[in-house]
Amino acid sequence: MKPLRTTTSATQTGTGTPGVTKPDATTPDVATPYVIRSVRKRRSPLLTLMLAGAFGLCVGPFYWLAIAATQDDKDIFSWPPKLLPGGHLMENLRGLEESIGLTRVLFNSVLVAGVQTFGAVVVSVLAGYAFAKFEFRGRNLLFVLLLSTLVIPDTVMLIPIFQMMMDIGLIDSYQSVVLPGLVTPFGIFLMRQALRSMPDELLDAARVDGAGELRVLWRIVVPVNRPVIAALALFVFLGAWNQFVWPLIALRSPEMYTLPVAMATLNGLSTTNYAHVLLASAIAAIPVMVLFLFLQRQFISGLLAGATKE
Amino acid sequence: MSLAPTERVPAATAPAGRRKPPPTGRARPGRRRVLTRRSVPYLLIMPAVLGFALFKAYPIVASFWISLTTGNGAGRQFAGLANYRRLLEDPLFWTALENTALILVVQVPLMLGLALLIALGLDSSKVWLRPLWRLGVFMPSLTGLVAAGVMFSVILNHDAGLLNWLLSLFGVDRVDWLGSPSWARVAIVLVLTWHYTGYNAVMYLAGLQGVPTELYEAAKVDGAGPIRRFVSITLPQLRPILLLTVVLSTIGTLQLFDEPYVLTGGGPDNATLTVTMYLYNNGFKFFDFGYASALAYALALIVSVLGILQVRLIGERR
Repeated sequence: MKPLRTTTSATQTGTGTPGVTKPDATTPDVATPYVIRSVRKRRSPLLTLMLAGAFGLCVGPFYWLAIAATQDDKDIFSWPPKLLPGGHLMENLRGLEESIGLTRVLFNSVLVAGVQTFGAVVVSVLAGYAFAKFEFRGRNLLFVLLLSTLVIPDTVMLIPIFQMMMDIGLIDSYQSVVLPGLVTPFGIFLMRQALRSMPDELLDAARVDGAGELRVLWRIVVPVNRPVIAALALFVFLGAWNQFVWPLIALRSPEMYTLPVAMATLNGLSTTNYAHVLLASAIAAIPVMVLFLFLQRQFISGLLAGATKE
Repeated sequence: MSLAPTERVPAATAPAGRRKPPPTGRARPGRRRVLTRRSVPYLLIMPAVLGFALFKAYPIVASFWISLTTGNGAGRQFAGLANYRRLLEDPLFWTALENTALILVVQVPLMLGLALLIALGLDSSKVWLRPLWRLGVFMPSLTGLVAAGVMFSVILNHDAGLLNWLLSLFGVDRVDWLGSPSWARVAIVLVLTWHYTGYNAVMYLAGLQGVPTELYEAAKVDGAGPIRRFVSITLPQLRPILLLTVVLSTIGTLQLFDEPYVLTGGGPDNATLTVTMYLYNNGFKFFDFGYASALAYALALIVSVLGILQVRLIGERR
């Protein structure tokens, strides 16, 4: 077995889809142990214990969060802290429905994150395909311009976009939250890198067979690159689901709030009911965790694609 | 850009013998294609270009223009560099910058160091249950900043927080994490580290697994010890990823907003006020768009200068 070496000289070699779809990181690397390891396969309890410690520090707060979400305000602030589930989950859910309109807020979050993810992926695939597989005037200039915005802080853009949205009367609408997130330089970059490694012959063969350009895109480019597209979709969704500053500015009425915004306003009240806020953050964490558990492989390969190719 | 596609003639009106037949040809009679190979790229990038122009290029330029004006709405007036002068003399701006810099200098090395250690552990075959640990350390980076902030505002509570309780088990007195200026900074550093260390660790792990094993074998044969192998092989091989994480962490920390906003609101006594937070206050609490834009540009300048410096220092050493 030859070991994959996509990450060694990061920029040039790591462009291939194979490198993206075969994440060395997700599979235990039994296939390529260092020689040192294969000679003496001693396990180290100490090292394992240290990693378990890091694991505990990372996951501990989540355990506590799950516990806290089932308690009432008094229990959360009891001393010593209660470390076993309480019986107030339903009560907290009802309270959250009353205070922030949980169902509506969840609906908003799902809608906004879903539409933004779908839109950003479509825009990225289309543009990435153009940048990877076509010659056209202004291609390189445009691509460099696009990438250079990666280093400009998003905060620079907040005020003009806010004014623009005010002027066209979109403030406090779903569109105002979704629209600015549709163009993601990272996504376009990622797709371009992935699509560049597709053999041209594959595309030409389809064209010779009489397939139109849209058909080539939909029937060949998209299916072949499904893993990268999935990884991109996950990243965009993660960002869209958790985004805070822009929705906080763009949304005005509580029934339009997304979950993070609602959570933050709830937290700011002087009479904060922490049981409610904590349940809200637990709810916010659930979809992402579930997605991650199911799609770990794609997630990490997407992370690597960005890491080794930038 | 959209003027270029010459072939975009509506199918119905297209004459049969045009100058340039679509190069990909083979169109069955009666099914003339609007999407030819020449027009296609322009159509493909159109959504991206539109969005880019509206939500990136225009705001970047407009923001600069706004930073040269003062006043509100219709009463906006050109003021030259007045906002930038004001910025230089604004003690709060300097406080915010100092806070941000302090967090940056402490948090980023701490986080990346820990991440590298964890990655080395996760890469070692001497460890049991590696996939489980990897999953766990990556989990915090999936949480939103607000959710994490809310969670930690209770964990760090002075009277009954989980952390103070854990410390009390070791006989440590309660710490006023969010109430005292210096501890509030420590708290921000702790939460940021919790949030992003695993993410960086997984990136490093990816890098480690890309290092050719022959290099280690050769070094071993030459008698290099573990530390020597780490310094002479692992670190140089990881350089591209190290650079990436340093630059990304720096950009992220300089734009820090959500965590202090949720945890401390910038307090106590402005000890955790960050530049982005100050920008937000000026722009969206006091509606002083001109000054807020000047702050944004100052921040952009700092970010780019630091980014370039880092690329110079870590990137091209050879």
